Parts: sequence; structure tokens; C-alpha cells
Amino acid sequence: MTRSPIMDTIADLVFHSAIVLSLYFLFAGHNQPGGGFVGGLVAAAAVVVYYVAGGMDEVRDLSRFRPWTILGGGLVLASLAALVPLVAGDALLQSDYVEGDLPVLGHVKLTSTLLFDSGVYAVVVGLVLMVFEGLGDEPEAEDHT
Amino acid sequence: MIWLVALHALVGLGILAAARYLGRWAFALGAVPMLAALGFVGRHGADVLDGGAVTETSAWVGRLDLAFDMRLDGFGLLMLLIISGIGVAVMAYGTSYFSASAANARIAGLLVLFSGSMVGLVLADNLLVLYMFWELTSITSWLLIGSDSTDARARAGALHALMVTGAGGLVMLGGLVVLGQEAGTYSLSAILADPPTGGAVGVGLALVVVGIITKSAQYPFHSWLPGAMVAPTPVSAYLHSATMVKAGIYLAARLAPAFALVGGWRPALIVIGLVTMIAGGLRALRQHDLKLLLAMGTISQLGFLLVLVGTGEPEATTAGCLLLLAHALFKAALFLVVGIVDHEAGTRDLRELAGFGPGWGPVKVVTVVAAASMAGLPPLLGFVAKESAYEAFVHEGAWGAAVIAGLVAGSALTVAYSVRFAATVLPSPPGDAPAVHAPGRWFVAPAVALAGLTVLGGLFVSTLIEPVVDAATLVLDPSADHVHLALWHGFNVPLVLSLVTYGLGILLVVGREPFARAQAALAPSFSGDDGFAATLRGLSIAAARTTRVVQSGSLPVYAAVILLTAVLVPGAALILNGSWSGWPRFAETPLQALLAAIIISAAVAASVVKRRFAAVVLLGAVGYGMGLVFVVQGAPDLALTQFAVETLSIVVFMLVLRRLPARFEQRRPAIATWLRVLVASTVAVGVFFFALISAGVQLPRTVSPGLIERSLPDAGGGNVVNVVLVDFRGLDTLGEISVLVVAGVGAVALARAGRARSTEEAGE
Repeated sequence: MTRSPIMDTIADLVFHSAIVLSLYFLFAGHNQPGGGFVGGLVAAAAVVVYYVAGGMDEVRDLSRFRPWTILGGGLVLASLAALVPLVAGDALLQSDYVEGDLPVLGHVKLTSTLLFDSGVYAVVVGLVLMVFEGLGDEPEAEDHT
Repeated sequence: MIWLVALHALVGLGILAAARYLGRWAFALGAVPMLAALGFVGRHGADVLDGGAVTETSAWVGRLDLAFDMRLDGFGLLMLLIISGIGVAVMAYGTSYFSASAANARIAGLLVLFSGSMVGLVLADNLLVLYMFWELTSITSWLLIGSDSTDARARAGALHALMVTGAGGLVMLGGLVVLGQEAGTYSLSAILADPPTGGAVGVGLALVVVGIITKSAQYPFHSWLPGAMVAPTPVSAYLHSATMVKAGIYLAARLAPAFALVGGWRPALIVIGLVTMIAGGLRALRQHDLKLLLAMGTISQLGFLLVLVGTGEPEATTAGCLLLLAHALFKAALFLVVGIVDHEAGTRDLRELAGFGPGWGPVKVVTVVAAASMAGLPPLLGFVAKESAYEAFVHEGAWGAAVIAGLVAGSALTVAYSVRFAATVLPSPPGDAPAVHAPGRWFVAPAVALAGLTVLGGLFVSTLIEPVVDAATLVLDPSADHVHLALWHGFNVPLVLSLVTYGLGILLVVGREPFARAQAALAPSFSGDDGFAATLRGLSIAAARTTRVVQSGSLPVYAAVILLTAVLVPGAALILNGSWSGWPRFAETPLQALLAAIIISAAVAASVVKRRFAAVVLLGAVGYGMGLVFVVQGAPDLALTQFAVETLSIVVFMLVLRRLPARFEQRRPAIATWLRVLVASTVAVGVFFFALISAGVQLPRTVSPGLIERSLPDAGGGNVVNVVLVDFRGLDTLGEISVLVVAGVGAVALARAGRARSTEEAGE
């Protein structure tokens, strides 16, 4: 596969910006448009850019976690976040939040649902990576394996 | 009482876990909970025999009003004596029968678990608890029959037993629920004290009877019992003659006094019992395997028991209790003898056994005593039981006479196969034959003990047996008088009937060769085993046919079925409700009209283009158009999600498209095309009107204002959509992401499976 340096540069630029945007969506989601689901979709779109630029190998090199680890890890994280309140004697999925003023970021409100939302985020990213894992390899290359 | 069941479970599971280290000690350890049960009987015996009952309850599922109600009464005591007493004998026997190995120790553990289930079954005072223990006995029986999992016959026999008793158990569960609902309580004692009436009760009872006759191996469901004889002999002695097969008899005995006259209960049980008794006896005469002979004899005796306990008259009930006890003692003893013979001689085939020499004296005595009790000879317990059975039907007029005729015929066959059994074990070997090694003292001791009880029970019936049977009868049938038992009743009708029985039996023995020829000629070629096999075959054929119709394997068919269902079901509801609220305003802003025009033209184009790639791009245009509509309508969250999903969808489509031909398939008949157009238009019209109508519906109270109000104070979030997703409806989200995970795993698995197949095909 021939690679275009222009494409590679743009992909790097877009990928990192998109990941930052997706994390912003994840953290801001509770009060502004966004959330774990949308954040995960944006992160997945960032991965698509990398795929277009470099193919499946480039995508696999992005993280040492395998797609199924991210997918399953997200589900485990969300389930744990749902179960933790039970230990404290509250209802399943009950949420709580703390507010405070931090330097630079200003007034910040942190809710316990962020953990749950992070699980959703990971599941969405993991799902898209799974699809790439299943279908992303070059069809021509497979016929020779 | 719950502790008693728990002790069995604990010891049983403990033995299973430590099987490797226990060896032969497993059987000694396994006897502990059974001895504890006997101790429990000893502690409460005096009370219960006086007509008292020990009850205990422990909450289980409070909301369902379901509790572990346990109750020890007279009949439960009788059953408990049989279960734990025979259990101890079998465990003692097991130490000699089994070699020390982990596999055999596991058998001991399973036997304890089975025993615990059986104890729970006879102590349960709640129909559903009873059902649970009922199924536990089926499952432990399955494990025990199939304990040698390398033997295909053992696996088949275990499965056969499980399927028949399990299916019967499920039918019975339906019946128990009907009874419980009709009575308004699931307490067995409450239902029996105040039996429900009403049409449904008969149906419920009929279903329960199916459970009873499958569990107790009655015709036509008997064929699992001979198959279960592949189990080690101690297992057969315990489960398949003394206890588990008595579970159905137990339940019939409980229910009969209250329900004998409801529907066809009494005639049905008597006819089934008599058919089983006679057919089982005839089959026993044709067996060459001593164990199968006993198994057929057990079926025959179970039929006898069903006649007695199913009648629901006090005298018959008494006779049933007596026979229950007598049968457990003599049949277990005989099974133990078969095990000894098999163990020492290496075969159970009566044509190969040439007699037994020195050292076999005790075994021969046990055989004579137990077989004589089975044949109903005085002064043994079996004699007392059979006499009282005849006595119970003497005064019942014509139907009583018919029943007696059947019982005499069945008992004559019992005499004949008892002789056949004894005649194999008793002879001494001819001089030149090699002597069969004699069994050890402890190997024979349990059988001797059981035979001894048979003699003592007969000789001292009024002191040993009468109190127990009296208490059991009075509990089962409160209208009964006190029971008086004696070995000798004087010269009366039952004695004459007994003499007739012996005479017919001896005739059968003398004329065994012509009788055997006649049986061979007349025996039906279709056995219960064939019936079971045919049922299984029929089931799998029906399943295959159903699958072929339901799962055609054609993607267009699946898609059409799913789409049409999704549209027609709500569509029908809409039309029937007549909830049309008129056309809405065409457009609120010019921008909406423009976006609609884009979306519609892209959609129409997508459905007519020839190239797949173009279709995907046009679909993407539809999706982005929808995203713009969301923006215009002021739903940024939706728009954001829509754009992201649309982008990813197109990419995934592209990934798939690389593997597909560039153009859509065109070679299909015109009719198929028109069908597709029809389905597509139906779906389009349906969705269109559904959207219009549901948008127009004004609910009196919608949930959204409440959610919006509570969003900030309760969840600390300003974005209601996200708060609903992760907080208010968090459980739904958890379910949804679980689906996503399954979908992801499925996508990879499907893609890899498809790839593996294409490489395979390429390789061929």
C-alpha cells in the first residue's frame, strides 16, 4: 500500500484533536451536549481516520489493548459502577456528585455517573474496533492465508 | 428437619469434593447423615406414632409466599425409616462391593445427596418444595445411573430415565400449580384437610398422575427402569427398588384418600396398577439376567402398590403401607444378593450360573427368606402385606372381585418368578465345576439384616409393625379406624385366595416350558423401549421440519418477515384504535421543506441505483439530512449522535462492500422484484403514518417535564438526555451496552467464520 505523507500528517492532526474532543464530550456530557456514547463515537471516528491513512496495521498499533479487551473492559467498568452503590447500601446505579473550584478549570462538578459513562465510551470504541478487526483486513490479502 | 436435609447435602458434597482422599471411607462417612435421620426418627418417634406431627418452617421467597414447610407425620416416618434404614444397609454393603477409588467414592457422595433429596421429598409440606426435591431425586438418579460415563449404555440408560421422569415431573408441576391455585394454598396438609373442588381439580390431578406413573415406572412409561439397571447394583437396590420409584407411590398415597372419587382417579390408578403388575410379572419370567428379573419384578410390585394406595380406602391404604415396608426389605435384600453373585461369579446370567458351594450358606438363607416374602409365604412380612391387600377388596362387591382377580394373577406370577430367582442361587455346583469364591462376612451382613427384619416383622407384626402402619394409615386417612395386624387371622377368604395364588404359582413353575413358549409366541414385538425411541425420533423429525420452515436461510425472507411484523402489528393497532388526528402543518420554515426534499430525493435515488457504492453514499445523504433536521429543530445531542453514527455506518458499509460485487444482483424473476417493492412500500406507508400519529397523540401526562425538573437537583446534570441515559434509565443503558458487546463479539465471530469457510472452499 502506497502511503501519502500529506494524508499521514493530516491523520495525526485530526486523530489527536478528535480524541481530545471525544474526551471533552465524555466529561462535559452531563451538563452540555455530549456524553459517553457520543464521545465514544467521535473517538471511533478518529480511529477511522487512522484506518483510512494507514490500514489495519496502523489501527492495531494505536494501543496495546486488543479490541475485545476494550469492549469487555467497558462493560465490566459500567457494571462495577452500577454495583458500587449497592456496597454502600444504596440502590443499584444510584449516583452522587461533588462540586468544587479547581485552578485553571474553574468550577467543577464531578458525578459518580462519569465512571458509568466511561464504561459506555469504552464499549462504543471497542465495538467499532471489533468491526475493524472482523472486516478491516484487505480482502485480497486474506485469500492467500 | 431442614438441618437434616442440609446435613445430607453437606456430607454428600463434601464426599464429592474430597472423593480422591476418602476411598472406601466415603461409604462409612455417607452413612452418618442416614444414621442421623434414624436418630431423628427415634427422638420424635413416640410423639408421631401417637398421632402428633413435627413441623418446621423457614422462609424462602417471601414475596411468593414460598417457604420450606417441613412436616414429619406418621406416613413420613414410615418413608423416612425406609429411606434411611435401607440407606444405611446399602452404605455398609458398598464398603465391600466397591473397590477403593475416587470414582466409587463419588458414588457414595451422590447416594447421600440422593438420600437427602428423598428425605426432603417425604418431609416437604409444600407442593412446590416437594416438586423441587422430586426433581432433585431425578437428577441424582441420572448422575448415579450414568456414573460410569465411559459406558455408552450407562449414558443412554441415565438419559432415558431422566427424560421420562423429568418430563413426567414437568407435567406434574403443572398439576401441582393447578391444585395449589384451586385450593388457595400450596400447603400439602392444608389441601388434604380441605380438598378443593371444582372442574380444574380433575385436570390438575390427571397431570399429577402422569408424574406419579412416570416416576414409579408404571406402564406405559416403565421402560426406563430396566435401562437404569446398568447402574452399580447398590445404586439399583437403593434407588430403583426401595426408594426413588416409591416417590410416585408416596404422592399417590398422600392424595388418594382425599381425591379418590374425583374424576377417574380410582379406576385409572387401579387399571394402570393392575396392567403394570401383570405385565411386569410376565416380563420377569422371561428374563435371563437376575438383575433384570428383579427389575421387572419391581415394576410388577410397583403396580401392586399403586392399586393399593390409589384406591383411597382405609384398608387398602393400610395394605399399601405394609407392602411398601415389606417390599423395601425383601427387594433390597434380593438386589444385594444379585450384587454379591455378580461380584463373586462375574455374571448375572442365570443360564451361566451353575450353583454355589461352601461358604454360600448365609446368602442362600437370605435368598430363601427374601424370595419367600416376595412370594407372600408365611410367616414373613410379605405374607401379612398380601393378606391385608386381599382383605381390603373382599368386601367391595363386583369391582373388588375384579381387582382381586387381577391381584391373584399378578401375585401368582410373583410366586413363579420368586421361585425362578431362588432356583438359580440355591443349587450346589456339580462336582466337577470350579467353586465360586464365597463372599466375605461383612459383604453378606447387610442382606442378612434386611432378611432378618423381614422375618421379625412377620413374626412380631403386632408389636413391631402395627404402630408404624397404624400411625401412617391414620395420617393418610383420618376417617380410618385403628389398625390391628396379626400373622394369623384364622381360616378366611384372604387365606383361601393366598392358597389359590400359591397353587397358580406352582402351576406356572411346573408348566414353565409350555408357558414360556406361549409367551414367546404371543409377546408383542413392540416394547416400551421402542416407544421411547420412536418418541425421540418423532421429536427430532418434527424439530427438523419446524426449523426448515421457520429458518429458511434466505436473507430476503428474514428481512421481509421482520419488517412486515414491525409494521403490521402496530399498524393494525393504529387502524383499530382509529387514532387519526388529522394532517399536521406541512412545514414550519422553508428550511424544513428544503431538507425534506433532499432527504426524499436521496432516498428514492438510493432505491433505484444499480451500484452498491452509490446506494451507500445516498443512504449517507439521507442520514446527514436527518442530522440537519435535528439541528434545525434544536436537538444538538441528537444531531451530534446522528452525524457520528452516520459517518461510522458509511465506513462500515465500505468495509463490507469491498467483499461484494460492485453492482446489485439483477437476475431475479419479475415477481420477486414486485414482491420487494410491495414489502418496501408497505413498510414505508406504515412508518409514515405511525410517525404522524404518534407525534399527534397528546398524552394527558408525559414524563418529560418531571425528568427535566429532577435532572439538576437529583442527578446534578444539566443535560437531560445524558442524565436519562446514565442515571434515571441507567439500567437500560447497561442492558444496551451488553447488547453492543454481544454484537461486537458476533461480528468478529461471523467475519472469521465466513473467512475460514471461504479459505476452505478455496483449498478444495
